[in-house]
Amino acid sequence: MADQFDLECRDVVKKFGQFTAVDQVSLTIPQGSFFSILGPSGCGKTTLLRMLAGFIEPTAGDILIKGKSVLGVAPNRRPVNMVFQHLALFPMMNVAQNVAYGLRRRGVGRATIDKKVAETLARVGLPDSGQKQISQLSGGQKQRIAIARCLVLEPAVLLLDEPLGALDLKLREHMKVELKQLQHEIGTTFVYITHDQSEALVMSDQVAVMNAGRFEQVGTPQELYYQPDTPFVAGFVGESNRWQGTFETVADGKAIIRLDSGGVIYTDPTQVTNPDLVAGQRMDVFVRPEAITIAAKGQGPVATSGLNAMQGRVENLLFNGAASSVQLRETTTGHEMNVALPQTGAFAGLRNGDELDLSWSAGQTKCFPNTKPAQADASGEAVA
Amino acid sequence: MKNASGSVAGGGLKLGVLLMATPLLLWLLLLVILPHLDLLMVSLRERISYGKYAFSFTNYIEFFTEPLYWNTYVRTATMSILATALTLVIGFPISYYIAKVMRGRGKSVLFLMCLIPFWVSELVRTFGWMILLRESGVISHFLQWAGLVDGPVEMLYNDVTIMVGLVYTSMLFMVVPLVSVLDSLDDSLIEAGYDLGGNAFTVTRDIVIPHAMPGIASGCIVVFMLTLGNYLTPNLLGGKSSLWFTEQIYTQFITRFNWESGSAFGFLLLVLSSLIVWLGLKLSRQTLSDTVG
Ligand SMILES: Nc1ncnc2c1ncn2[C@@H]1O[C@H](COP(=O)(O)OP(=O)(O)O)[C@@H](O)[C@H]1O
Ligand SMILES: [Mg+2]
Repeated sequence: MADQFDLECRDVVKKFGQFTAVDQVSLTIPQGSFFSILGPSGCGKTTLLRMLAGFIEPTAGDILIKGKSVLGVAPNRRPVNMVFQHLALFPMMNVAQNVAYGLRRRGVGRATIDKKVAETLARVGLPDSGQKQISQLSGGQKQRIAIARCLVLEPAVLLLDEPLGALDLKLREHMKVELKQLQHEIGTTFVYITHDQSEALVMSDQVAVMNAGRFEQVGTPQELYYQPDTPFVAGFVGESNRWQGTFETVADGKAIIRLDSGGVIYTDPTQVTNPDLVAGQRMDVFVRPEAITIAAKGQGPVATSGLNAMQGRVENLLFNGAASSVQLRETTTGHEMNVALPQTGAFAGLRNGDELDLSWSAGQTKCFPNTKPAQADASGEAVA
Repeated sequence: MKNASGSVAGGGLKLGVLLMATPLLLWLLLLVILPHLDLLMVSLRERISYGKYAFSFTNYIEFFTEPLYWNTYVRTATMSILATALTLVIGFPISYYIAKVMRGRGKSVLFLMCLIPFWVSELVRTFGWMILLRESGVISHFLQWAGLVDGPVEMLYNDVTIMVGLVYTSMLFMVVPLVSVLDSLDDSLIEAGYDLGGNAFTVTRDIVIPHAMPGIASGCIVVFMLTLGNYLTPNLLGGKSSLWFTEQIYTQFITRFNWESGSAFGFLLLVLSSLIVWLGLKLSRQTLSDTVG
């Protein structure tokens, strides 16, 4: 049963003194998949990855690679390889020697090494760079050599710790696609760590969202985006407008939430993650910017129990081609909102100060019972 | 126009550099170059009668024809190389431990412990060793008390003791450059070495040592030069049998008042240390600028 997974963690815990860096993490990664761990800086991603690589031992729990526990197995004996956050290419060796290093340690013959190194360099698109020094490579090339250095060993699992972090934006966009293609071609299992949600969403088959040492949710990028399990995931993955309020009642098959800032928002009870609600329960409300339809003032639909409607005044136009959006201030409550502009260019003439009608269906409103006191949830900082 | 103003600016810059370098240049000239030129001049003359000198190679010929001098010279070089190698072999793991294994407070404490012996003068330090090692010394007494030996043991005045003293004296000068160069080695390089299948030996050989090479070279140069030119330690711990070359120079200058011969010996010591340092750099494929920079 277990051997269909390349990698499995069971209730892995890592404590540094009193501080729990990784808390009860369990995961199973099927063979050949691209698995990402997404979370804000300091949430324990690197610590988890280093446990998989064998540099630190978990305080509790078990790690299995290809169905075998690797607890107590030294890093140099584990069938996993790691691409380090700052790549850690050996500056005292040239590119070919870097790539050959692992094979040499295995005592592979000279001719085989040369052949494999050439093959791997070709696979990462740098066939002629073998004799170059590391300092002569560009950021993107270093990146590829660091990956080649691991891939040449044909590991069961390749671990990558924010490998695109040091690259500039343009190159990062490019490498994202390239990395995904590479993984698809070679079929090695990738465990990829990042704090950048777009990297995780674009590349991964499965994403685990991590917060304060725990996994909040594991799922496909689509699941995380459309069916977040927790307020943290809803706030961290993709952009959202957020409100806080109290659950009032269910009427006409719609749940009514009274907002702290005034007004009500309707939602499908199915969109409330914990359905046994009592009146007065504190709620976090999330609406995606692209779920909101805009219309000129006075031309939007009126609010019904199935439809939320608000008015807003334009504060800021954020033109970004197809991803343009507008920042609004809700007229009655003064709540700040972010709304995507339609890609048709219908609102291209919008000016600051213009008033708009906003509407979205109850089904587009995502609600979570909030167990924490108001304002204590800082996950909103991850938006944008 | 443009050219002219450019060269004026260039001239101003050069003058600035010159002014800033003046103290250094003066120091070099007055304290390093002039004395050595004088040393060379004195070594190349022969006293004919009172106050009368002639140019001659006599002093150098004397050195090469007298086996005692010649042997002392070779012995000093060999012992110094050996002491340097030993200091490196002992200092490297210590430095690695300080730079890479220790964290926080322990690190500074350990580093300080390497420094503490240098808070007292070399003379006092060497006397410390003598108190421990002499016939009526602490260790001798302890061994007799423990019944391990019958009579008093003399542990001074042999080559092993000289070597111990020299290594001890030099340790700091090896550990400081090594710790600083190892500190600059990114931990993830070491981890990557293990991750790719390396073990302690191969990672040290392939990653740590190549990275530390400039520190190793500069530590070795300093230790070698200090050892070669050391006078106190070999003399006090080795006594009459130490046969250290600086002792010969001292004897020529002070005991025999033979400044000509002393100068020649001094100059030969300079040639010896330059030659061995140059050889060492060539063999380890380091350049002096790498090492110093
Ligand atoms: N060796 C260590 N000793 C003590 N605390 C550590 C150690 N390594 C990491 N931590 C702490 O664990 C937390 C998670 O760190 P890390 O896994 O590096 O986060 P991430 O990679 O997600 O940014 C941080 O708060 C960090 O300070
Ligand atoms: Mg990290």
